[in-house]
Amino acid sequence: MCKNIRIIPRLDIKGENLVKGIHLEGLRVLGKPEDFAYEYCAGGADELLYIDIVASLYGRNNLIDIVRRTAANIFIPLTVGGGIRSVDDIRMMLRAGADKVAINTAVVKRPEFISEAANAFGSQCIVLSIEAKRTGDGTYEAYTDNGRERTGLDIFKWALRGAELGAGEILITSIDNEGTGKGFDIDLIRKMSAIVDIPVISCGGAGKMGDFEDAVVSGSADAISAASVFHYHLVKTQSVPQKFNLKSNLDHLAKSLSSDGASFGAIETFSVKGLKSYLVGKGLPIRPVMSAHILIEPNAENIL
Amino acid sequence: MTHRIVIVDYGAGNLYSIERALDFIGVQAEVVSTPEKIAGAERIILPGVGAFKNGMRGLSERGLVGPLQEYVRSGRPLLGICLGMQLLMSESEEFGRYDGLNMVKGKVVRLDPALPGKERFKVPHVGWSRVIRRESSCAEMPDGWTEGVLKSLPNGFFAYFAHSFVVVPEDGSACIAQTKYGGATFCSCLQQNNLYGCQFHPERSGIEGLEIYRDFVRRN
Repeated sequence: MCKNIRIIPRLDIKGENLVKGIHLEGLRVLGKPEDFAYEYCAGGADELLYIDIVASLYGRNNLIDIVRRTAANIFIPLTVGGGIRSVDDIRMMLRAGADKVAINTAVVKRPEFISEAANAFGSQCIVLSIEAKRTGDGTYEAYTDNGRERTGLDIFKWALRGAELGAGEILITSIDNEGTGKGFDIDLIRKMSAIVDIPVISCGGAGKMGDFEDAVVSGSADAISAASVFHYHLVKTQSVPQKFNLKSNLDHLAKSLSSDGASFGAIETFSVKGLKSYLVGKGLPIRPVMSAHILIEPNAENIL
Repeated sequence: MTHRIVIVDYGAGNLYSIERALDFIGVQAEVVSTPEKIAGAERIILPGVGAFKNGMRGLSERGLVGPLQEYVRSGRPLLGICLGMQLLMSESEEFGRYDGLNMVKGKVVRLDPALPGKERFKVPHVGWSRVIRRESSCAEMPDGWTEGVLKSLPNGFFAYFAHSFVVVPEDGSACIAQTKYGGATFCSCLQQNNLYGCQFHPERSGIEGLEIYRDFVRRN
């Protein structure tokens, strides 16, 4: 009781676009992240997660500008990750409107960066991001760079170390399941939730509403993040501006199979609101979507 | 709106989301970090995340402890958010014992949500929880909810929390709203005379949260 499971849409960003692929690869452009973010916020999302998959913190069309544009109109927590390497990077992100940062590569290289960041901004601001890949012998290895680089670290030991150093939350992404729609890796979620004392955000594999229920009931997830199921719903219902040829992108995704046969076709689509109604109906602790959460337009009459 | 509204920057975390929330409701606030600016303020928002010790150090190093106490003695309103509320208390037990601003008698103690049984409640408490009215012991008296910054919100509204410590005011009536997390029931909204405090983050609590700022900047 009194612990409400958070539903967190995840937006992978490349350049100035929201993208999505399978196993963090084979990316397709879906639209502008800030358009999706606004819809999610109005639709009852509990938080948002932005991950810049090319870590272009200082590039053109950089993440800072996107975060700034997003944060001007949403009033739920926003976590931003991708390419954060220093205390100054974090400060810049917070200044642009992020509430928390998710860090992976930089803390794998230098774990004490977790402590430095937590001391400067508080643990609640620091999310340790771990990309997990199953190994042959039933353990999981931590990866960086969207599942491209091995670290040799056992994810559970690494998570414990990270929590000890001052991380406030763990974001665990299953590379094996990511983008496939075949469901969350329940074993992974359950073990991770049990082993650390800080909240765990589970990510990777959502394909239907029942998967979220499994993650909560069987996996004891504290929070769940998902991308495809929500993004494709907004695209299909044309709730976001259609600046790109989304239909051809979706057709491409529907046809494309990754090397292990995972397919976009396995993914059902639904809104955050629809998902929350489903979970509430199952008796799970969820913050309901209230009409009051529909955002007022800025500069409307209610301004002082 | 002519009140001079300031957000105190003492190096403890994220005040930009508060600035943006105020901006959204059409209020211009100034981010300040000097004693002079505190002295001249008409509304103060004291934000803050992170450790109590670092927060107090940040205030002392900038010479803001005395000016803040003087400001509050003058009767002008101050709203503390999260750590900003905890700093108003007399003392904290966070990693040792540390003096606070001593504006509200009471302590800051660790949140202990443990319940016997299977379900685990993790600390920090991160997420959305209900803010529940603490009924006045004297039924005919208006309570803090009716009078304070929560007055336009429904009892039991959801707010976003991210914290490991909670305030325990000596005078229980200073606690105008409570929140339950696991086995713990803690003070989530504080009011004592011209002092207001929220353990949650109104600037991250959707439209309800913005109402709190709207009320605070309007109040006389």
